[in-house]
This record gives sequence, structure tokens and C-alpha cells, in this order.
Amino acid sequence: MINGISINMYLMLSTILFTIGAVGVMARRNIIILFMCIELMLNAVNLLLVAFSVLHHDSAGQVFVFFVMAVAAAEVAVGLAILSMIYRNIKSIDSDLLRNLKN
Amino acid sequence: MKGLLIISGLGILAMLAEIFKFKKLLLPIVLLGIIAAFALNFLEWQTRLDISYFDNMISFDKLAIAFSGIILLTAFFWFILANNYFDKSSSLVDHFALVLFALVGALMLTAFKNMTTLFLGIEIMSIPLYVLAASKKEDLKSNEAGFKYLIMGSFASGFLLFGIALIYGACGTFDIMKMRMFIEHNATQLPLFFYVGVVLILIALLFKVSAAPFHFWAPDVYEGSPTLITALMSTIVKTAAFAAIFRLFSIGFGSISEVWTSALALIIAASLIIANFSAAMQSNVKRMLAFSSISHAGFMLMVILANIRTNISLDAIIYYSLAYSIGSISAFGILYNVSRKGNEDISAFNGLSKNNPLIALCMTLAMFSLAGIPITAGFFAKYFVFTTLIGTPYKWLLILAIITSAVGAYYYFKIVIAMYFNKSEDDAPLIIENSNKFVIIISTFLILAIGIFPSFVSEIFKF
Repeated sequence: MINGISINMYLMLSTILFTIGAVGVMARRNIIILFMCIELMLNAVNLLLVAFSVLHHDSAGQVFVFFVMAVAAAEVAVGLAILSMIYRNIKSIDSDLLRNLKN
Repeated sequence: MKGLLIISGLGILAMLAEIFKFKKLLLPIVLLGIIAAFALNFLEWQTRLDISYFDNMISFDKLAIAFSGIILLTAFFWFILANNYFDKSSSLVDHFALVLFALVGALMLTAFKNMTTLFLGIEIMSIPLYVLAASKKEDLKSNEAGFKYLIMGSFASGFLLFGIALIYGACGTFDIMKMRMFIEHNATQLPLFFYVGVVLILIALLFKVSAAPFHFWAPDVYEGSPTLITALMSTIVKTAAFAAIFRLFSIGFGSISEVWTSALALIIAASLIIANFSAAMQSNVKRMLAFSSISHAGFMLMVILANIRTNISLDAIIYYSLAYSIGSISAFGILYNVSRKGNEDISAFNGLSKNNPLIALCMTLAMFSLAGIPITAGFFAKYFVFTTLIGTPYKWLLILAIITSAVGAYYYFKIVIAMYFNKSEDDAPLIIENSNKFVIIISTFLILAIGIFPSFVSEIFKF
């Protein structure tokens, strides 16, 4: 229990957020939305880590969240760079147009 | 550990090279640095001590040192191969720094003792590779490869993190040894989400080693990336990700093996079947080698399966990684030179035995080694893996592995046949730089040497 809310609620909320993110990555075609969905997945994890960290009275979980944030920022920075490069070449950010490598 | 610090230092030095104008000296400095890291690694092996660093987050034990040795050796060969590739591109120092930082992540992955270092290692290794995969800016294929690699890599990282969070929730710690103790003491009362976490981590790591059915990104990414980056991905990245999966699952989750072994056995079977049959249908050599690397991932995962009961298979896995890395680096080195005219199909190898008999012989031996034909290293690699499986309940995998190896021999021979029996359209002899020749010949020599004297390597790594 954290502030009268059972840990299962936190678990459920972050599972729902994570699933929305994961389904979004698979279903959406706009590359920017894809990045947002990945961010959503990572932030669901952050929420869960913080909740467990409070539950266990252990600060390691919160420290881990900082690592996740830093890595997510780095990933998006690289992702946006690749995205702008793709846009320069095909003048679109639709991932459906990237089908040159299929047999 | 000192090796890891040296490689990190080299990465930072490489970024300074542009400012202080010693770009010409960078390659020799990097090669010397890798040799120094290898030597220090070797000294740490000799001391036989197991020192842990950073509050027990990293510890270079025997397994870690052996795997980092393989990674450093491959990296040394790779940098020599890549010297003229770097000459042409304007952003030389960035390439150097990115590859070195990816190497840092790979070394971290061999030695992690904590979930934090596992996650950071994977990300430090992957993020530079996303950039490198997309490094041909004008080439749409390369852009697409980088993009796919990025999306799939971050998707897998999301699964990994969710798994780590669930396991942290159950055990209250990120430390793998403490986790193992906790699992052993509370084996009966672990919550359900703990098992979900284990499965999610397994999925994420299988994404990284590209085992079927999580392999679909690999052929596309391997084909689209520049050939040398593909070489990097199929050797160093594979070895490192494999070291990570091996350590986590045989040390961390070894005591709950019944949860994941049967799933892993099915994944291995799927990898072997899908990879070998799809590879047989490819005409693009890079794509074919991508599928071949998926089937090799299946073989390496077999050792994890065997290691649960018998703790003797460590030398088998190290031998396999070494044989596979050297065989791949040689094959990719030759492919890089052959495909320079832009043709990456098997027909690019037509008539190579007339134009350049020595290189054709080296390619033949590399293909034999990957296929597992005697007197090359690949034969004993497969043999050792098979012996570890005897005595486990997975003998059916053994039969499947032998059948699919036969299919594997078919597509490796396609290249050999193209080299020796097909005529090439133009008779211009293939000119290969001396540095590349050096790497190709040395790695062929190593393939033969450890294939003829397999006990030499397996004796070193008996522990």
C-alpha cells in the first residue's frame, strides 16, 4: 500500500500505459507518433519503478529512473536525427514508404 | 576492467582528434589501445582474481574476461579492415568514436552484475550502432536500416525495462547475486508478475541476439547497413548480447529454469528452421549471412539450455563465439572487397578463383567454418555444442540441428560454387589492399589453427 492505494493499481496503470505504447508502435505509421509511443512505454516503466521503489523503501529504483530518462533522451535525439535525414530524402515521415529492403 | 577504461579513454580521445589535428595518427593509436586493453585483459586472467567494481555493479570474472578477449580481438581485426572505409568518409573521427563507444557497451555487457549495468550496457552498445547503420546519409536503404534498427531496438529496450521493473518489484533489488539468493529462498511464494518479468527480459534479449521469431528486423538491417557495420553487428554485438543472455539466465535465473527452458528450446528450434531455410532462398550475400547469423544464434542458445544441468559447457560457448566471430569477420572482409562495385549478390563472386585464388581459398575456408565442415574451427564449435546437449532432455534439438546444418551447407556452398565454377563477366582482377589481405589471411590462419588444434583453445578456457 502506498498512500492507501494498493500496489496492484500502480501495476495495472503502468501495464495499461505500456500496452498502449506497444500497440501504438506496431499499429501507427507516422514516425513521430512511433517515437511518442516508445516514450510512453518507457514512462510506464518509470512509473512502475518509482511505485516499487516507494513500496520497498529503497532508493535504487528512483536512481534507475534517471538512467531510463537519460537513455530515452539519447534515443530520441538519435531518432529525430535519423528522421530528419529520411525526410530530406523522401519528403515524408510515413514509415509505410520505407519498404526498400523487402524482398 | 582496465581494458574497459582504456577503450572509453580511446573513445574520448577520438573525439578530440579533430580539434588537436592528429587525425592521421588516430588509427595507430586506436590499434595500440586495443592491443593494450587485450594485454591488460590477459593479465587480469592470469591473476585469477574476481574483483568487483562500482558497488558490485561490474565484475570481470573468468567468463567476462574470455568474452571481452574475443570482442577485443574481433575489434582489432575490424579496425584494420575499416581503415580505408574511414578514409573516404569526411566524418572520420565520429565514426571512430561511435565504434569505440559501442565497444565499451559490449565490454560492459560481458561483465555486468547488476540490472543497471545490463540496461546501460545494451543502450551504450546500441545507440552508436543506430547512427552507424544509418551512416550513408544519401542512401535510402541505409536510412531505412538505421530507422528500423532504432525502432526495434527501443521497442526491445522497453520490454527489457518493463521486465526489470517487475523483477525489481518482486525481489526489491537490482543486484543479480542478491536476486538469485532471494529467488532461492522464496521459490514458492514469488508473485506472478515476477515470472512475467523473466519472460519479458528473455524476449528483449532474444530481440538483441535476433533469434526467431524475434529476428524479422535482422535481415533488413543487415542488408541496408554499410557492409562493415554489418560485420560489426554480426560479430561484436552478437557475442556481447549472447554473453549477457548467458550470464543473466544461467546465473540470475538458473534456479527457476523450468519457467523458461522449454520456451527457449522452441525458440532455438524455430531459429534453426526459419533461418536455414530462408537463407537458402536468398541471392543477396549480406541477407544470406544475416540469416546464417540467426541460425548461429540458435546454436549458441543451445549451450544455455545445456548449461542448466551441467556446468561444464563454458569452454564450448567460448569456443563457439570465437570460431563464429573469426569466420564472420573473414567472410565480411572478403564480401566488403568483392561488393565494392555495388553488386552484393552471389554473382559478384563469379570467377573469383581465377582473378584472386588466394582470396577465393580464404572465402572457401570461412564458408566451411560457418557451415561446420571438418578441419575448420566451425566443425569443433558445433561438435562441442552437440556434446553439451547429450544428457539433457533436448536430444530432439540435436537431431534438428544436424538436419538444418545440412541445409546450411547448401547455401554456403552456393558461394563456393560461384567462385570456382562460374565465369565472371569482366576479367579485371580484384585489387585488395594489403591491410585487408592481412586481416583475411590471419583470420583464415586462425580458423585453421583452432580447427586443427581445438584442445588448445578449450584447455585455456577450462575453468
